[in-house]
Amino acid sequence: MARVVVDVMPKPEILDPQGQAVANALPRLGFEGITAVRQGKHFELEVADDVDDATLAKIAETFLANPVIEDWTVRRVEA
Amino acid sequence: MRVGVVTFPGTLDDVDAQRAVRYADGEAVPLWHGDRDLKGVDAVIVPGGFSYGDYLRCGAIARFAPVMQEVVEAANKGMPVLGICNGFQILAEAHLLPGALTRNHKLHFVCRDQWLKVENNSTAWTGRYDLNAEILVPLKSGEGGYQADQTTLDELEGEGRVVFRYVGDNPNGSRNNIAGITNARGNVVGLMPHPEHAIDALTGPTDDGLGMFLSLLDLVGAGSLQGVGIGTEVKA
Repeated sequence: MARVVVDVMPKPEILDPQGQAVANALPRLGFEGITAVRQGKHFELEVADDVDDATLAKIAETFLANPVIEDWTVRRVEA
Repeated sequence: MRVGVVTFPGTLDDVDAQRAVRYADGEAVPLWHGDRDLKGVDAVIVPGGFSYGDYLRCGAIARFAPVMQEVVEAANKGMPVLGICNGFQILAEAHLLPGALTRNHKLHFVCRDQWLKVENNSTAWTGRYDLNAEILVPLKSGEGGYQADQTTLDELEGEGRVVFRYVGDNPNGSRNNIAGITNARGNVVGLMPHPEHAIDALTGPTDDGLGMFLSLLDLVGAGSLQGVGIGTEVKA
């Protein structure tokens, strides 16, 4: 088994109102110096050894992310 | 005409959609998400709600339901398909319509009666409306912001495929104030507002939404069901 991490982020040109709301809250909470926040999703998959990279890419591209509005990355990490 | 109305776990507005079909003198046929079976219907409505709890993304899981495989196949052959609210999100996720619906720009769930302008009355679902008519129907959604890349937007605008546009303040940050769009063929329409909640002044703000269901039923007389170029034949 291996652990695979898929990160999904809104494309840079897509408005991210949730990230903006977080960014706007920080100064109110007394945290200064943070100029921008983007909010995305982080998936951790426990994956059998015979699942290849192409399959993982297909999972990310067709299901975990919507490529119309989101970019994704897949990486294998130490479990 | 037999009109299928899909129910997923978490669907809310299937009963109102069925009622709207009956108001237009159609026969409403319940369709279950887990069945690979359209029960011989002539058209399908994918109604609003929170299918699969909106988990992952709105419509992302519903898109893979067995019944949706049949809906996609039938739509690509020309069957009229209408997606309302969550149904629009599902049709976008299923790639029957371009673009995506995203979190409202001000983050608040919007629930209000909303004026829309009808900018295309040659789809399977809008033949009853005058071009540029303004209609008032409920809008109730938290992720109704229509997003697409500039090329797609230019294509939609250039081909007259924006069917409904918000009048007045943009309620959710949709690009170009887009409330609803159609595919190139005109048989698939998706919109965020709810025509099925505005079919009788007793229970809705107006009966302006009924025109969408009457438009569909008009296709029976026009003999253009399942056909290509539905819209050109459907002027009432």
